[in-house]
Amino acid sequence: MVITFSGVLTGILLTPVIGAVIILLLKKEAKEQARIIAAMSTGIALLLALFVFFGYSVDDANAVNGDGGTYFAFEDHVKWIESVGISWHLGVDGISAPMVLLTALAGFTGVLISWGIEDRTREFLAFFLLLVAGVFGVFLAVDLFVLFFFYELAIFPMYFLIVIWGWAQTRQYAAMKLTLYILVGSVVALVGILALYFKAGEATGVYSFDFVDLHAATKAGIFDTPFSSAWSAATTAKLWFPLVFLGFGVLAGVWPFHNWSPDGHVAAPTAVSMIHAGVLMKLGAFAALRVGVQLMPEGARIHLPWIVFLALINVVYGALIAMRQRDFKYVIGFSSVSHMGLVSMGFATMNLKGMTGAGLQMFSHGIMTALFFACVGMVYDRAHTRDIPSLGGFVQKMPWVAVAFIIGGLVSMGMPGLSGFVAEFPIFLGLWDGPAFEPDPNWLTGTFNYYGLIAVIAALGIIVTAAYVLRVVGQVFFGEFHAERFPYVSAITVYDKVALIILVFWLVLLGVYPRLMAPMIESGVRPIVSMLGG
Amino acid sequence: MDFSTDAQASVIAILPEILMVVLAVLVLALDLIWRRAQRDGIGYVAGFGLLGIAAIVFLVGIPPQSGELSDQLVLGGMVRHDDMAQIFRVMVLLAGGIGALITMGIPRLRARGDFYAILIVSIIGASLASAAADLIMVFLALETLSITLYVLAGYLRDDDASAEAGLKYFLFGAFASAMTLYGLSLVYGLTGKTNIYELGRLVATNGLNEPPVIIALGLVMVGFAFKISAVPFHFWTPDVYEGAPTSITAVLSTASKAASMGLLLRFLLVVFPPAELIGAAETVADYSGLWVQLAVVLSVVSMTLGNVLALVQTNIKRLLAYSTIAHAGYVLMGVAAISTDKSGDGAAAVAFYMFMYVLSNMLAFAVVILFTRATGSEQIRDLAGFSRRSPWLGLAMTLALLSLAGIPPAAGFVGKFLLFRAAVDAGLVWLALVGVANVIVGLYYYLIIVKVMYMEDSPSDEPVPVELPFKWALTISAAGVLLFGTILVTPLLNWATDAAHALYVLL
Repeated sequence: MVITFSGVLTGILLTPVIGAVIILLLKKEAKEQARIIAAMSTGIALLLALFVFFGYSVDDANAVNGDGGTYFAFEDHVKWIESVGISWHLGVDGISAPMVLLTALAGFTGVLISWGIEDRTREFLAFFLLLVAGVFGVFLAVDLFVLFFFYELAIFPMYFLIVIWGWAQTRQYAAMKLTLYILVGSVVALVGILALYFKAGEATGVYSFDFVDLHAATKAGIFDTPFSSAWSAATTAKLWFPLVFLGFGVLAGVWPFHNWSPDGHVAAPTAVSMIHAGVLMKLGAFAALRVGVQLMPEGARIHLPWIVFLALINVVYGALIAMRQRDFKYVIGFSSVSHMGLVSMGFATMNLKGMTGAGLQMFSHGIMTALFFACVGMVYDRAHTRDIPSLGGFVQKMPWVAVAFIIGGLVSMGMPGLSGFVAEFPIFLGLWDGPAFEPDPNWLTGTFNYYGLIAVIAALGIIVTAAYVLRVVGQVFFGEFHAERFPYVSAITVYDKVALIILVFWLVLLGVYPRLMAPMIESGVRPIVSMLGG
Repeated sequence: MDFSTDAQASVIAILPEILMVVLAVLVLALDLIWRRAQRDGIGYVAGFGLLGIAAIVFLVGIPPQSGELSDQLVLGGMVRHDDMAQIFRVMVLLAGGIGALITMGIPRLRARGDFYAILIVSIIGASLASAAADLIMVFLALETLSITLYVLAGYLRDDDASAEAGLKYFLFGAFASAMTLYGLSLVYGLTGKTNIYELGRLVATNGLNEPPVIIALGLVMVGFAFKISAVPFHFWTPDVYEGAPTSITAVLSTASKAASMGLLLRFLLVVFPPAELIGAAETVADYSGLWVQLAVVLSVVSMTLGNVLALVQTNIKRLLAYSTIAHAGYVLMGVAAISTDKSGDGAAAVAFYMFMYVLSNMLAFAVVILFTRATGSEQIRDLAGFSRRSPWLGLAMTLALLSLAGIPPAAGFVGKFLLFRAAVDAGLVWLALVGVANVIVGLYYYLIIVKVMYMEDSPSDEPVPVELPFKWALTISAAGVLLFGTILVTPLLNWATDAAHALYVLL
């Protein structure tokens, strides 16, 4: 039964799937056709994503959310498995619209970067498109079953892509590690989703996985009642928040569950690293926000004040480890761990500035990491080593890549005028302000506001970031070029250039014109903050 | 209690069995009439015959719509014709039909009419088991199913492994049958009734002496646990699976399991009903707590042991045997949920899960037959490079394994989801968590197979030949796995829910 159907979002989701099916039906030799079809399907998805991004109305969102509603734009809502309360419900809010654009950008540039893959091209592209479809699905889902469905769907193409086309030395280990980590996290979160579903169903009589229905239950205070009569002290939200938040947080690389991520990033082929670090980690953060913080604000108020310490460890420890790496790609891998810490930290501020910053950081870091991994891949394809000390002087051979990497590095350091500053500055501001609500007098928040202290320590992490980025730039792109080691360095292709330009363009655009995205994210964050008591 | 005497309803109720008897006779006759060369096609008659009967069951064999027990109990109360029976019948018929089609890929069995005839008879047993409403019918159906399978497992007499499998299965099976029969006779002795709906009410309300009832319950559970290969009654499973002809392994792991699971659901709920279902004012003896506990224990040990032992297997058939044990554990989670959850979610989840499991396992075994024939080996490591040799077969196997592992878009995901949901709903959150942990272990060994198929290089690059019957079998099962996991979830789940509701009609 169709309730509303605009078709745009379903279109975004299905385009890569259709592309994958067509590619599988091609002949084995038709590699070029396969690439063109992949580029076309991700290109169409990108156009649709841009349409959604620019068509999203901030005023409508603020109006509906201000009236106590739950706003989603471009909704597709069709009853799917009615007896269980599952519907095919897609929609975007202020937080997910930029994420959809991010996925589309990373998907499209990923196909361009992978133009040179000759080994089983068809299968590579088909799996890649399925992965992109899975990621789209999570960002677009309003129904939590649909969200979980696509969350799981993204896992298996990921496994294939790493295990078949990854870096031969570690791919088996890394692929299995990554898959099991993510699966463990997601099934823990699933049990949490089920708990909310039954709790809300018992109280209201309507069993539904639809986020809108569950959010209504949140507003009615259903999750603030004891989960079962056996544990009268623990309300549903307090009990399940950490499991859901950290369960999804595994994919966001929250310390101490970040271990899969550097190994996974390094083992994956370039395009997959781009999706992986650029988008997939946001998937975890996004799901943790949507299911965890948004549905269980009471749990967030209790638990995020300690989870912020985990995020702090992410930021500082990730940066320090990145500093120590000899392998070019591992540096970027650990830098992702560090930057994703800032996202969780932004959530943990629980105020408008910090959470908006986190949303911006998700987009900015996504594009930036995709750019980083694209650059690393281009260097590695030609130098056949990623050992930083043995590289050097690549600016002479690959000026495009060097410039792109330096811009990415500046974003990473939070240079004003680029997207990194726009994202990180509000996070630190938000941290300094501390949570927007009057803290409960408990052992953590009651004594004194330590958020300011965390801001100071985290800012030190940014200094370390500057150090490792400059070190890599200096040693890889500048210094002496060893012509005897690298006798022939081919030029990068035009596809590579297009991909680099697209990615750099967005980093600069967002840096000089943050109004493009900030009000949108704010419109998504504002209802969350008001639920948190701000 | 009144039984329906409507002649037309009675015929429709057992129409699939009548048609199968005709089909079995036809296959035997063709075996005599046809010349040697023609006999290669005899599997088509059996396979498409069974699939056709499945379609007839689905389209024509609609149970009496009143939903009243007295309308649905036909043939003197021997058989209950309800949606529960129908959905499990379609399952076993699909399994039998696909099983017959994939038998055509085994050279020594391809032209054996008697083999197909015995297979059809065993499907008759499986089909009756899910409809049986009388102790005598329960036992007859189970024995028809089992004895024919003993024969089929040992059919390749000159093959030591097959002969051993047949004998082993027979010895273990005879023991379990005896246990079941003791249990059934105790129940009969206590109540003097053979119709399970009549005696179920007596067990609940007649103030029977407790110990014999508990012993009877225990004995019957042992018999069922053997049939569904739940730990600790699983010892026969790996050896029999390995030794039996692969198409029979497939039927064993699907039709036999599905039929026993359907029977188990009905038997437990009807003979030892939860007190509220009887609704009597006087004191009611409620044994449901006991069998729920038994199901929970069997579930936990089956899935854990099955999955852990599957990790170390190198033979693909043995691995699938242990995976079957683990799946029995998952399904028992749903069985444990049926007593406290009156909305029918548990029973519906079991029916849905078995349906998708039948299709997934059939798909996996169809590929295994092709693979063993092409390489002459059953070792997982010899699957190396399989996806390069035959990309579509590799994809089909991947789909089957993902479905068994519970990863979307395969139907297994929805199946597992429903089972966990039922368990959480029944207040068994910890059981759901154990199940979830097991899913992760399961994913590991399924992914290892996928990895070998996709990553490693094979000595030969020749495509694996796929004949027409395999194309049919693979298409039907793969389409089912894919569609029931995505756009056709709702129709199947609605059917399973109707079946579950019928199950709760006890009076």
